[in-house]
Amino acid sequence: MARAVTNQRKTVNTAVAWAIGLLIFFPVLWTILTSFKTEAEAIADPPVFLFFNWTLENYSVVQERSDYMRFLWNSVIIAGVSTLVGIVVAVPAAWSMAFVPSRRTKDVLLWMLSTKMLPAVGALYPIYLIFIELGLLDTRAGLVLVMMLINLPIIVWMLYTYFREIPGEILEAARMDGASLRNEILYVLTPMAVPGIASTLLLNFILAWNEAFWTLNLTAAKAGPLTAFIASYSSPEGLFYAKLSAASTMAIAPILILGWFSQKQLVRGLTFGAVK
Amino acid sequence: MAPAVFLLLVWMLVPLTMTLYFSFKRYLPLRGGDLGWVGFDNYIRFVTSSSFWPSVQTTLVIVGGVLVVTVVLGVLLALLLDQPMWGQGVVRILVIAPFFVMPTVSALVWKNMFMDPVNGLFAHLWKFFGLAPLEWLSQASLLSIILIVSWQWLPFATLILLTAIQSLDSEQLEAAEMDGAAPLSRFGHIILPHLSQAITIVILIQTIFLLSIFAEIFVTTQGSFGTRTLTYLIFQRVLESQNVGLGSAGGVYAIILANIVALFLMRIVGKNLDS
Amino acid sequence: MGRIVLDKVEKSFGDVKVIPPLDLEIEDGEFVVFVGPSGCGKSTLLRLIAGLEDVTGGTIRIDGEDATSVPPARRGLAMVFQSYALYPHMTVRKNISFPLRMAKLDKAEQDRRVEQAAAVLNLTDYLDRRPGQLSGGQRQRVAIGRAIVREPAAFLFDEPLSNLDAALRVGMRLEISELHKRLETTMIYVTHDQVEAMTMADKIVVLQAGRIEQVGSPLELYRSPRNRFVAGFIGSPKMNFLEGPEAEKLDAQTIGIRPEHIAPSPDKGAWKGRVGVSEHLGSDTFFHVHMEGYADPITVRSGGEVDMHHGDTIYLTPDAGHIYRFDSQGLRIA
Repeated sequence: MARAVTNQRKTVNTAVAWAIGLLIFFPVLWTILTSFKTEAEAIADPPVFLFFNWTLENYSVVQERSDYMRFLWNSVIIAGVSTLVGIVVAVPAAWSMAFVPSRRTKDVLLWMLSTKMLPAVGALYPIYLIFIELGLLDTRAGLVLVMMLINLPIIVWMLYTYFREIPGEILEAARMDGASLRNEILYVLTPMAVPGIASTLLLNFILAWNEAFWTLNLTAAKAGPLTAFIASYSSPEGLFYAKLSAASTMAIAPILILGWFSQKQLVRGLTFGAVK
Repeated sequence: MAPAVFLLLVWMLVPLTMTLYFSFKRYLPLRGGDLGWVGFDNYIRFVTSSSFWPSVQTTLVIVGGVLVVTVVLGVLLALLLDQPMWGQGVVRILVIAPFFVMPTVSALVWKNMFMDPVNGLFAHLWKFFGLAPLEWLSQASLLSIILIVSWQWLPFATLILLTAIQSLDSEQLEAAEMDGAAPLSRFGHIILPHLSQAITIVILIQTIFLLSIFAEIFVTTQGSFGTRTLTYLIFQRVLESQNVGLGSAGGVYAIILANIVALFLMRIVGKNLDS
Repeated sequence: MGRIVLDKVEKSFGDVKVIPPLDLEIEDGEFVVFVGPSGCGKSTLLRLIAGLEDVTGGTIRIDGEDATSVPPARRGLAMVFQSYALYPHMTVRKNISFPLRMAKLDKAEQDRRVEQAAAVLNLTDYLDRRPGQLSGGQRQRVAIGRAIVREPAAFLFDEPLSNLDAALRVGMRLEISELHKRLETTMIYVTHDQVEAMTMADKIVVLQAGRIEQVGSPLELYRSPRNRFVAGFIGSPKMNFLEGPEAEKLDAQTIGIRPEHIAPSPDKGAWKGRVGVSEHLGSDTFFHVHMEGYADPITVRSGGEVDMHHGDTIYLTPDAGHIYRFDSQGLRIA
């Protein structure tokens, strides 16, 4: 039950919370603002906040000079395909664990989780070597595979928790109503599972988009996604703040927008259902 | 279930076996390749090398620092965000945003636009107060890394703790209030115990992720100025100096370390699964 | 048609025997209520009849045919679940027509049956809403509608009213009884609430720990309970049980007397006691009377407006013709 609170207290809360919120958000805001400045304004002393000559020039320069589109496309393919493949592999697994659990189900789930916790660096060289042998180094296919595998435990886990929330009585009702297993899946379970599957897709797309160990170590010029693109600004291009900002803004904007839709799923997905 | 289990099994076992295999070999791909079995030599050399203990220390300082900052600030922020206010949804979005910024972007933005000793915002701020600008990434390198990583992970801690706070039955708090508990003791006796599980989870999950932070160091200091963590040290051994045997031994250490943390996490998650 | 016969039906979960071998006959058109405390196996029994659980032993016959291993959908039974189990993503119309679509009935017939069910259940205005937009009572009616359209041999209800508030529960109780009168189809209804059992049933089956304690019409159970458990379970407020001298006088381990069969008086009677709490319901008053030598108070029913207060002395006279005697096994001595 929400309690009535004096307006005065609410005002104080609001002021403090907004101040802190803006402070935390400031680096992002500053990056976005800087992306619209000229290089000279970007390093002006003292810094200018809003009153500068807004320009889109940086965006066009970044696009022309650095093949931004290719990196973007790599990011979309790697994050998108790995997530889709992951879902396809995970649905039957999560399905059987949620609806036909056996005595080992819990152990399998926990074991899957434990694979997520292995430090990537422990597997770095073997994967690197296998990639060279199989010709997967610096290919999108290779990264799709790796991204799919590192996120698979989270996908299975999330789907499992969503599936488990579908009440058993509904499935029994469908059986009483004469639905065959196929119809039960088609007309009852799938529609009820769609929101859960969508959330899972979303979160995993974000995680894959931002992943920055394998993408940095297993790609070069050809298959590099945006994480690698930005890392290449490390020096000396990084000193051109406006262009760096434009490139950064383009790399994070899509995910910021998607991320805002996925706050709830984030908690569920990253705590493996332990915090609700 | 089978395909997923099979894929993960392969994904786990193959590299693990190979890492173990290499760790017992002297293996220098660019300088002679496989030079034979060396027993536990690599394990001993990795631990006795002059860079090992500093890297452990660095790892601990970074992980510990980030944990303290994110958990303390996370609890405070979660409490604040749970209060009634105008525009709560927007504030939440502002606070969560850093989590969605890809690590390379946040590292680069902080490094260049905030911590640069000439043009960074911090330099301007310092000058405004009449102080000499800091060379953040060399003079206060660990602090800088902790700052950057904390900024990235604070939203995660806040979000989980906020979810936990919101699941607290408000009648419990009202009962405590009726029983005469002051706000501070309500926090200490009711909210904090209620949050203890969430805090534990935040600590464990973050520890696992923080043990393997990479991009933030790769982009900012490349491991110099005392920022070489265990992960980064292994990365350098394996890919930069191509001493695979030595690096693999380091990898095995890292796996053991992560497993110790993971064990605690799995206990909690497993218990939750039963209920 | 809907004659259901259970022959030596038993059920175990692992090593736990939930239902020992049990026989039961349910006649066509009967309203049968399974009643008992929670955990007595009444829901399990219903699910065995529905086919949602497999029997460990014995046979279930529906209309003379062995249905023991027939899958649930083909037993010709419809079930209303405790949680209603409505499909949240379908409109009311789709929910109700779901079993018809699964049976591949032609569209016109589907519509006809849905409209008819909706009219019977006052759902016509809600057909295009989703379950989430309905009140508890309306959801309940949708669940019943989904059962009706199948024109089943029998309806199975699993504690259907337990999620409703008190006022709605009384209303739905009447609606379901009314429905039974109209459809004249067999109904099996599971509840832990003896008031529901008494008011709705043609035949009550009292269960405890998987065993059938007694089967009979509501008044049979009320008038001649077979044992102490049934005597205590049926009737509201509960029957009073007395042990000790009063019981010994009548050659019994325990005697039982219902609150409505005790006459209170301020000045004379067989037993003397002191008034404790009194509950005034308007039409009736229930006194909880404390008697020397008995730990539990005795509940007594009296007329609506009786002038007795806490602490007053009261005399009670039991109606000799309505005293029940039980032996040390709890069985009634006839």
